[in-house]
Amino acid sequence: MALLKSNKIIYCLGTISPSLGVLSARSSSWWGGVQMGPPDPILGVTEAFKRDTNPKKMNLGVGAYRDDQGKPFVLSCVRKAEAIIAAKQLDKEYLPIGGLGEFNKACAQLALGDASEVLKSGRSITVQTISGTGSLRVGANFLARFHAGPRDVYLPKPSWGNHTPIFRDAGMQLKAYRYYDPSTCGFDFKGALEDISKIPEQSVILLHACAHNPTGVDPRSEQWKEIADLVKKRNLLVFFDMAYQGFASGDIDRDAWAVRHFIEQGHNILLSQSFAKNMGLYGERVGGFTIVCKDAEEAKRVESQLKILIRPIYSNPPMNGARIAATILNTPELRSLWLEEVHGMANRIIKMREQLVAGLKKQGSSHNWQHVIDQIGMFCFTGLKPEQVERLTNEFSVYMTKDGRISMAGVTSGNVGYLAEAIHAVSK
Amino acid sequence: MSLFSDVPQAPPVAVFKLTADFREDSHPQKVNLGVGAYRTDDCQPWVLPVVKKVERLIVEDESLNHEYLPILGLPEFRSAASKVALGDDSPAIKENRVGGVQALGGTGALRVGAEFLRRWYNGVNNTATPVYVSAPTWENHNGVFTDAGFKDIRPYHYWDAAKRGLDLAGFLDDLEKAPEYSVFVLHACAHNPTGTDPTQEEWKQIAEVMKRRKLFVFFDSAYQGFASGSLEKDAWAIRFFVSEGFELFVAQSFSKNFGLYNERVGNLTVVAKDNENLTRILSQMEKIVRTTWSNPPSQGARIVSKTLNSAELFDEWYGNVKTMADRVLLMRDQLKAKLQALGTPGTWDHITQQIGMFSFTGLTPTQVEYMIKEKHVYLMASGRINMCGLTTKNIDYVAQSIHEAVTKVQ
Repeated sequence: MALLKSNKIIYCLGTISPSLGVLSARSSSWWGGVQMGPPDPILGVTEAFKRDTNPKKMNLGVGAYRDDQGKPFVLSCVRKAEAIIAAKQLDKEYLPIGGLGEFNKACAQLALGDASEVLKSGRSITVQTISGTGSLRVGANFLARFHAGPRDVYLPKPSWGNHTPIFRDAGMQLKAYRYYDPSTCGFDFKGALEDISKIPEQSVILLHACAHNPTGVDPRSEQWKEIADLVKKRNLLVFFDMAYQGFASGDIDRDAWAVRHFIEQGHNILLSQSFAKNMGLYGERVGGFTIVCKDAEEAKRVESQLKILIRPIYSNPPMNGARIAATILNTPELRSLWLEEVHGMANRIIKMREQLVAGLKKQGSSHNWQHVIDQIGMFCFTGLKPEQVERLTNEFSVYMTKDGRISMAGVTSGNVGYLAEAIHAVSK
Repeated sequence: MSLFSDVPQAPPVAVFKLTADFREDSHPQKVNLGVGAYRTDDCQPWVLPVVKKVERLIVEDESLNHEYLPILGLPEFRSAASKVALGDDSPAIKENRVGGVQALGGTGALRVGAEFLRRWYNGVNNTATPVYVSAPTWENHNGVFTDAGFKDIRPYHYWDAAKRGLDLAGFLDDLEKAPEYSVFVLHACAHNPTGTDPTQEEWKQIAEVMKRRKLFVFFDSAYQGFASGSLEKDAWAIRFFVSEGFELFVAQSFSKNFGLYNERVGNLTVVAKDNENLTRILSQMEKIVRTTWSNPPSQGARIVSKTLNSAELFDEWYGNVKTMADRVLLMRDQLKAKLQALGTPGTWDHITQQIGMFSFTGLTPTQVEYMIKEKHVYLMASGRINMCGLTTKNIDYVAQSIHEAVTKVQ
């Protein structure tokens, strides 16, 4: 028999076994062979949380900032920018494929710094993207099409769960370098250097610029310097993912230090930026993708190819969020206000870290929870095991991802005590 | 030595290059009949009054925030959008076998649908499954399906240049000869670029062959309401195919009929055999969306959702849509009349027979070049003009220019 299409297979199965005959309804559908996809591990947590009726429930899953009342926070600078934009009564004409020019410029400046030689020389190209995910995907697609080196992208172990499928769907392959040390809940510097030193030349290495997701563990600057040197020696292509500029330390320049250092050291990097967290523009999908090239001429060629890639995905990007972000970045009072608000968000998280550790001590926990304070950014890798996480969810309605990651942004002064209680209960 | 030294300069996307050239042209009578966006009689972009109203409501609503939408998008938007395509009384919707995936414009909806088909249609891995697009078609159709992984994109006969109409015989013949299970991209109405749609009788013939040959129906619906001024009329083909029992996809765009071009509002409507199939399909759509854009932008979807879900705003919107459709119909009438009055060689009935934003004039590439270089009237090399670029103020000049092009140049 010739190779059958799936509905023919199901039809044949139906004749073999009567019980499979019930599939005949499916057999008349094109989609009988479509498997049920597993729920997204991260976004799936929020959906499970919503269904829970426990009044004490806590959503520590997705990394969206919450204020101390546990409510979503719309930044004042965003509201002000929206009012300014509304008053302008702009039209809704298509943006260029590469997005809003004033946004792209400001986005690059934010990451690279005003004094950047790269920006002065015009040897980089920045395109507006659908937030960080869209940026990574465009970059991954670009690599798949144009990177002459190995197909392998090296991710830190662990990395954001969506990195792997993004690169895979783009046609790249994934490998890993050691990063997180479970015994210290800190950075496995030695392991990282060892693994990086073995990466074949011209491979792509992905680095989290700051506030590593999911661990919250960042290299110190001396460590970054060594990594930069080693990566240069290995002739690797660097892809930075910066989704938390401003969110990690509260200071945008400090959080971009690694990116800027690598560029200064001569790495012509790829860079993904997201404004989902640092401007609270999650659902507006604001991001940028930058490639630092050899010179302006190369940047033009690269830009033309990025457009060719983008056009068959979504033609051109959405205006609203980019317009808001550009207005904030380019209006001095709003920019200052924004910096204050980002600082405020970062500080609240730092405070929650301190309170959680204090709470755990108070509960009488014998474990060392210093890593909760040492780690940086929205996430904390608690070190809890999957069974403990399951208990936290089932017994205490504390929702988090199975890897033990909690979003500190979901912690408030009102629930930090309960969280300490719950964590202590499952870990004592 | 750069890793990117060998990256070739890509050619610009033609339709955007045309607009760029137009912008640089300083000729006082220049006319842009290129990119497909609506213009008022003053040749200005038009933000629909209902959109302005709803945007104000959104900005003033302090209870709204900027949180992530679900992966598949805003639920109220998805259901309202699918209802617009299939009709309020759609049996398929009542039977709970219709779902929507909010996407980045019509392009995004096509891409998500294409990615899904490549992975899951008719057994897994459909890179070799033929995908048929009309000859000619919107130029991005090719790119979307190619980049989604399909290796065999083929044309199906559509435009008959000699008679300036639909090549139905050629179309039906291609349907008969296509390998079973091939994917066909159909324009629901207001075919881009020709403006030539099958009649209801012709659609029936097309559907009969497609059903018999087990061909997959993928509608591209970018102009519902815009074409005739009637949502129902412009969705007739879609609804007919659904009533014939097809499982199908509809890539919907709200760029034109809501004038929301830059907010990227689209919806992939999925009509499945039953709810169980639909559920599994949507679960796999989520995975595709997650690695492409994670979740879609909220602003545009909110505007459309608020409008479609309020009886009053819906009526206001319908009125705005009719305003646009009527102006286009007026320009069609006037252009044909003026060409006939000038005695321009050839027949010009196709201008009023065609429908929607575009007209395939029948001008040759050299005549088009003449139009652009000598008359500063910008149109696509295919001879496609955007009727929206015509106004009562420039229509005489354009008619005169066409007359000259046809009489002076081959």
